Amino acid sequence: MKDLGCIALFALIVACVPLVTSSGVALNFTMMALYACLLAQAWNILGGFGGQFSFGHALFFGTGAYVQAIAQLQGLNPWLALPLALAASALVALFVGALTFRYGLKGSYFALVTLAFAEVFRIVSLSVSFTGAGVGLMVPLRASASNMQFASRAGYVWLVLAMVVVALLVTAWLRHSRFGAYLQAVRDNEDAARAVGVDPFRVKLAAIALSAALMGAGGAFYVQVFQYIDPGIAYGPGTSVEALVAAIVGGMGTLWGPVVGAVALHLLADLTRNLFGQLPGINMVIYGVVLVLIMMFAPRGIAGFGLPARWRRLRGKRNG
Amino acid sequence: MLSLHKLSHAFGGLKAVDDVSLELPQYCLGALIGPNGAGKTTLFALMSGFLKPDSGRVLYRGEDITGGAPHRNALHGMARTFQIVQPFAQQTVRENIAVGAHLRLPGRRDALERAEIVAQQVGLAHQLEKPASDLTVAGRKRLELARALATQPRLLLLDEVLAGLNPGEIAEMIPVVQSIAASGVTVLMIEHVMQAVMNLAQQVWVLAQGRLIAQGTPMEVTRDDKVIEAYLGHGTAARLRAAELAR
Amino acid sequence: MLEFGILFPAVLNGLTTGAVYALVALGLTLIYGVLHIINFAHGAALMLALYAVYMLKDKFGIDPYLAIVAVVPGMFAFGYALQRLVINRASHGKDENILLVTLGVAIVLENLALLFFKSDTRTIETPYTLATVAIGPAMIALPKLIAFGGALAVSALMLLLMKRTDLGRAIRAVAKEQQGARLMGIDVDHVYAMSFGIGLACLGAAACFLLPAYYVNPQVGSGFVLVAFTIVVLGGMGSFAGALVGGLLVGVVESVGGLYFGESLGQVGIFAIFIAVLLLRPQGLFGAKA
Repeated sequence: MKDLGCIALFALIVACVPLVTSSGVALNFTMMALYACLLAQAWNILGGFGGQFSFGHALFFGTGAYVQAIAQLQGLNPWLALPLALAASALVALFVGALTFRYGLKGSYFALVTLAFAEVFRIVSLSVSFTGAGVGLMVPLRASASNMQFASRAGYVWLVLAMVVVALLVTAWLRHSRFGAYLQAVRDNEDAARAVGVDPFRVKLAAIALSAALMGAGGAFYVQVFQYIDPGIAYGPGTSVEALVAAIVGGMGTLWGPVVGAVALHLLADLTRNLFGQLPGINMVIYGVVLVLIMMFAPRGIAGFGLPARWRRLRGKRNG
Repeated sequence: MLSLHKLSHAFGGLKAVDDVSLELPQYCLGALIGPNGAGKTTLFALMSGFLKPDSGRVLYRGEDITGGAPHRNALHGMARTFQIVQPFAQQTVRENIAVGAHLRLPGRRDALERAEIVAQQVGLAHQLEKPASDLTVAGRKRLELARALATQPRLLLLDEVLAGLNPGEIAEMIPVVQSIAASGVTVLMIEHVMQAVMNLAQQVWVLAQGRLIAQGTPMEVTRDDKVIEAYLGHGTAARLRAAELAR
Repeated sequence: MLEFGILFPAVLNGLTTGAVYALVALGLTLIYGVLHIINFAHGAALMLALYAVYMLKDKFGIDPYLAIVAVVPGMFAFGYALQRLVINRASHGKDENILLVTLGVAIVLENLALLFFKSDTRTIETPYTLATVAIGPAMIALPKLIAFGGALAVSALMLLLMKRTDLGRAIRAVAKEQQGARLMGIDVDHVYAMSFGIGLACLGAAACFLLPAYYVNPQVGSGFVLVAFTIVVLGGMGSFAGALVGGLLVGVVESVGGLYFGESLGQVGIFAIFIAVLLLRPQGLFGAKA
C-alpha cells in the first residue's frame, strides 16, 4: 500500500539523521520537531478525522506525563510505566467522551468543555500533593536505555520517531479501514451515518481514546526528556494550542498534514528565535497569527491546499 | 414487514402524527402521499428511530422497535434516505457509498468494490471519483439512494427521492426504483410526483394533517373524495362531480 | 453554616464581582446571539482593555473612570475592525473556522501582551483604591461598589440600545433571521461588525470598572473567558437577562465557594457548574431550546 511505503521511507530517512550528524542543534531540532508531530497527529485523529475540535487536548498530555512521572517515582521502570500512562490518558478520555458525547455536545460546546476539563485538572494538580502541587515533579536523572533516558539525543530521536511512526500507522489505518470510514462519516454528517448503521457514540468514544493515548505518549516522552513536569506544562494551553495549530496548518484529516504542519511551525519558531532572540510569548504570537492567516486564506491547510483534491477534481471532470 | 400501531407524535402543541396505523406487507412497493406538512417525514423519522413517538408502536418483522436507535434498525435491514440530501461532503461518491456497504462488509476493499457495483445500479458509475459536494441535485439523490442500497436493506424508506428532478431525470430514476423492488426489497416512498406514484406503487397511504385519511391502490386513492379535498380544498370533490355531470 | 458576619460580606463581594462578570458576559452573549459565534477572544480582549486603562493611568495619569470616554470607543473600533476585516473573512461560512480564528486572535493578543508587558501583575493606585464603605457588618471596597453600580448602569444602557434604537432593532432582526433582514435592506455585515464592536465596548467599560479593584497580567483574560462562558451558558446563549442573573449568581457562588473551599477550588466549582449546565441544560436558565 502506498501509505505504508511512504511511512517506511520516512522512518528510514529520519532514523538515519542521528547516524549522519552528531550536531546537538540538528538532533535537538529533529527531536522537538518529531515531538510536535506526535502531538499534532494525536489531535488530528479526533479533530481532523473525527471532526471534534478539542481545545483542551493538554488534558491527555498532562495525564500521561504525570502518570509516567509518578510511576517512576514509585519505583516502576519507565518502560513499564509507559503503557500505564497511555492507559490513564485513554481512561480520562473515555470519561470525558462518555459524558460529552452521551449528551450530544458538538462544535463550540465540545471545544469549551475540553478547555474546561483541562483547566480543572490544572487547578486540581496545583493543589494536590501527589502531583507535587505547584512545584511539580522531578524524575531523577539516570541515563541508560533501560531507564528510557539516553546519554545522547540520538536515543530520544529514535524513541519519539517510533512513537510518530505508530501514530502514522494508526492514521493510515484510519484511511483504509471501516472504523476510519465510520469516523469520517460521523464527522461529515452524523444523521446520515446513523441511517446506514453507524453508532456515532461508540465511534467517537474510540476516537477520543485513541487520540488521548497518543497524546499521553507525548506527555510521557516529555517527562523522559526533561525529567520534570508541573501543572502549567502538563495542562496549560500551550500544549493544547501547539497540537491543534500544527494539525490545522498542515491539513486536518490527512496523513501527512500534521507532520508537515509541525515541521513548518517548528522551522518558523526557530527562525523567529534566530531573528528576535528568546522573547517570551513570541512563539505563540507566531502560532496565533499563522492560525488566523490559515483560516482566512487556506482553511484546509498546507496539505489540503494541494494536489490530492485538485487531482480528484481533474479526474472527476474528465469522467463526469 | 412493517406495522405501525396508533403512532402519535406532537411538537409542542402541534400534532404532527395523529394516531396512525398501517401495515406494509413484505415485497410491497408502497407510497406515502399527502399535502405538504402532512407529517410524512415525521412518520419516517418515527419509523426509523430518529424520533421517539409520544405513543404507539412500530413493529418491524414482528419485533417491537419503537424508539430504537437508527443504527440498530439499519443493522436489521431498515434503510432510509433523507428529504434534504445529506451527503458526506468531504468524501468521494465511492467513499460515500462504501460507508453504507461497510454495514455488511468489514473489509475496506470489499466495501469499495461493492460501492462500485451499487453505483452502477443507480447510474453513478462514471462519477465515482467525484467529491460528493460536486454532484448535482439529481446526482446527490442517486447517491443518497445508493448509500442506503449498499446496506443491503430488506426495507427501504425513500423520502422524496424524486423531488427537484426534471422529467428526464425522473424517467431515469423510476426504473431504478422498480428494479430495487423487483430484487426483493420492500419499499415505502414518500412522493409528490404523482406520475411515479401511479406507475410504481402497489399500495398508497394518504396522510393529511397527521392523520391517515385513505389507503388503497393508486386508482382507488385518487378517486377518494377525502383525498381530493385534502389536496384541493373543502367541497372540491362535490364540485368536480357536479361539473362532470353537467357535461 | 458560617455566621452571618462572614457570609454577608462574601455575598456582597460576590455581587459586586458578579456585576462586572455580567457586563463581560453581556458582550459575549450579544456576540453569540447575533453572530452565532463563540468569541474565544473575549477574555483576551478584556485583557487588552485592562492594559489600555492601565497605560492611560500609568503614562498619562488619567483616572480609570474618566478613561471610559476613551477606552469604550477604542474597544468598539477595535471590535468593529476585527470582525469586519479578520473574522468575517476567515469564516467562509463554516462555524468551525470562526471558532479557530477567534482562538487564533486570542493567542495573538495574549502573547503580544506577554511580549510587551512581561508576565508581571500590575495594579494601579488611585486615591480611592483603598477606601471602603460599610454596609451592615460588611466593609466593601469602594471601587467594587462603584463597579457594581457602573456595571448595572452600562447593562441598562445596553438594554435600552437594543430596545429603543434603530440599530438595536436592526441587530435584533439580524439575530432572529439573517436572510430576511438582508432582504429588508439591512446591511448585515455592518450589523455584525457593530454587534461585535458593542460586545467589545462592554469589555472596555468593564475594564474601567475592574482595574481599580483588581489587577492586570497577560493571563487575566483566560481566567475571565471561562467564567464568562459559564455565565453565558448558564444564563442562556443570547439572553441578556440570563447574562445579568447568571453573572450575579456566578459571582456569589465563586465568593461563597471560595470561603468554604479556598480560592482555587472555588474556581473549580465554577467549571463544574459550567460542565454540568452544558451537559444537562445547554439552553441555560433563560435560553431557548436550540
